[in-house]
Amino acid sequence: MDLRYTEAEEGFRAELRAWLDQAIPLLPPKPDRNDWPGRRAYDTAWQRLLFDAGYAGLHWSVEAGGKGATPTEHLIFLEETERAGAPYVGANFVGLLHAGPTIDAAGTDEQRRRYLPGILRGDDVWCQGFSEPGAGSDLASLRTRAVRDGDDYVVNGSKIWTSHAEVADYCEMLVRTDPDAPKHRGITWLIVPMDTPGITIRPLETVMGTSEFAEVFFDDVRVPVANRVGEENDGWRVTMVTLSFERGTAFVSEVVACQRLLRELAALAKKVTRRQATAWDDVALRRELGHLTAEFEALWALTKWNVSEAQRSGVPGVGGSVFKLRFSETKQKVYELAHRLLGRAALAVDDVAGLPGATLMDERLSSLSYTIAAGTSQIQRNIVGERILGLPKER
Amino acid sequence: MDFQLSEDQRDLRSGVREFCEGRFDRERMRALVDTAPVPGMVDRALWRELAETGFFSLRIAEEAGGVGLGVAEAALVYEEAGRVLLPGPLVATHLAASLPGRLGEEAAAGDVVVGLIEGDSWPLLVEHLDALDCLLVLTDEGIRRVDPASVRGRLVAHPVDPFTPVTAVDELPGGEVVADVRVAEEWRRVGAVLTAALQLGIAGRLTELATQYAKEREQFGRVIGGFQAVKHLCADMLVRTEIARAAVYAAAVTLDDPAVGDAEVAVLTAKVMGDDAATRNGKDATQVYGGMGFTWEVDVHLYVKRSWVHATQFGAAEENEAALASTL
Repeated sequence: MDLRYTEAEEGFRAELRAWLDQAIPLLPPKPDRNDWPGRRAYDTAWQRLLFDAGYAGLHWSVEAGGKGATPTEHLIFLEETERAGAPYVGANFVGLLHAGPTIDAAGTDEQRRRYLPGILRGDDVWCQGFSEPGAGSDLASLRTRAVRDGDDYVVNGSKIWTSHAEVADYCEMLVRTDPDAPKHRGITWLIVPMDTPGITIRPLETVMGTSEFAEVFFDDVRVPVANRVGEENDGWRVTMVTLSFERGTAFVSEVVACQRLLRELAALAKKVTRRQATAWDDVALRRELGHLTAEFEALWALTKWNVSEAQRSGVPGVGGSVFKLRFSETKQKVYELAHRLLGRAALAVDDVAGLPGATLMDERLSSLSYTIAAGTSQIQRNIVGERILGLPKER
Repeated sequence: MDFQLSEDQRDLRSGVREFCEGRFDRERMRALVDTAPVPGMVDRALWRELAETGFFSLRIAEEAGGVGLGVAEAALVYEEAGRVLLPGPLVATHLAASLPGRLGEEAAAGDVVVGLIEGDSWPLLVEHLDALDCLLVLTDEGIRRVDPASVRGRLVAHPVDPFTPVTAVDELPGGEVVADVRVAEEWRRVGAVLTAALQLGIAGRLTELATQYAKEREQFGRVIGGFQAVKHLCADMLVRTEIARAAVYAAAVTLDDPAVGDAEVAVLTAKVMGDDAATRNGKDATQVYGGMGFTWEVDVHLYVKRSWVHATQFGAAEENEAALASTL
């Protein structure tokens, strides 16, 4: 067991830091969160900066145009960019972390040539069309149909929770091509250009009153068969291949951000007062902050454990669900604590009396989704119970 | 960075597991609490065998007759001890083995049983006083050595953990200082990590016991582990164990190589997460076992009780969490 970074890893870190020091001040101001074209432009401009500096697709294979970096280098990259206050992957998320690696692993040479460079350069934005109104946790029950008609598939149905749909160029999409086969066996993976006629996007309003994602409707949308990745009816396996690219780095930025947030909350606790005493004077509150400090210190250690495991074996361990489960529930507790610390200032999703209510209460509302998005905590517990502990399925 | 067990560490772990399961199997463990008189929980012959296996001399340099390994390896060994509920002041004797001179040598060889307590606390309860050859006390001036025979106190009639007899002590004799403040601080840290490792072993074993039972016990015509309500309890136990494992191993590695992190934060984290995993897994394992979990014959309560003992040693959650907050 060794937590010491190698000389090469430290060299990588030093070079990255030096580059970030000069790159971050050149960034334009962050766009308004409801300005989707502005957000796309901001996120893709950052991706272009990374591309020009040689940091695009760090974790992608060299053949795909990436750097073939080790999981540890990817961890260092995510840690340093977060510490430097660099933009999050944002609009590039689906392309860089999902669609790109899938096309690399399961696509044709032609597909690789056509789609991968645009993702790396920040030219193209991708969105995901997996979930449906009737297919959430039970994703494989999806019903959006694709019927073969000559050299095209004709797609009909609807998708939901699609982030960046309004500004995306392409959609990675799961469709049902064989309604008679067992549910996992009749699914196909398609690349759908978002400007294809017949696509309607309806933004969904979140509890924050913003539109973080959309519903997407498909009416007789014609998609060339050439846009199919993998074989017809083999889409579920193609999707599972993608999930296997997770190498323990999924939450690196967020863990680093939470550790910083805890320090900010400690400062906030020394500022807010009730009956002449500060919140910090309350030992129960300090203990709560201390416990959360231990949680994130442990989650950081578990990150390094999982990354090292991926680095050794080349394949991800079973730790993803374990991590996601604990991390999402713990991060939720941080914002519950922030909420209580704000006291009556928590009545405003705005900065009141110099307290950071705008960001804290906005994220407090957002935190309600942590244990739902990307697999609910209940589904994660099923996965841990069944795949790791070997307990039988419910039915 | 390679934060995974090395080949040698894997071998060490499997060797110690084989030893523990062979020399202190369930039958022997149960015999101790079901038939043996209390106190008398430390078996001198077993103590020497533990010494031969390296339980106490693990971190002593090879030139000095030790095994020459680090806190990381010691944590792996103590995790195994926790899994089988080895009784006795294992951590205290391990720490005492690092003292120069005769006491250190005898502790390393398993010739003596050494106790250790934090002097500045009240009420004062000493574990295994009947078995001790030497009692060490952590104080503000360093570590004091006290003759156990000179300690006046009352043996508690009903210790919460049947393996851990305790004596309530009114006042400790002064004793001579055998190590300075710096050593005392070092012992607090290593002691906390090794105790957290014992808790990790307990947490992991409880997860196995509960999961096994959930796969066997049938109700409503099927095994209860198929019900999400039970499955999710088991999943939570595994999650607690794995997060505690990362915390304990990271703290151990940080004590061996302080440049890789903040030792104070890492150690406090290990103890907080170890205590949390063991005590909460104890509650959940009892729940999975249902009524049987409330019986003496099922082992779960023995793990629960031991986890409660360790939770009071080398810093309880209250002080460790408050100490962590002050690092923010």
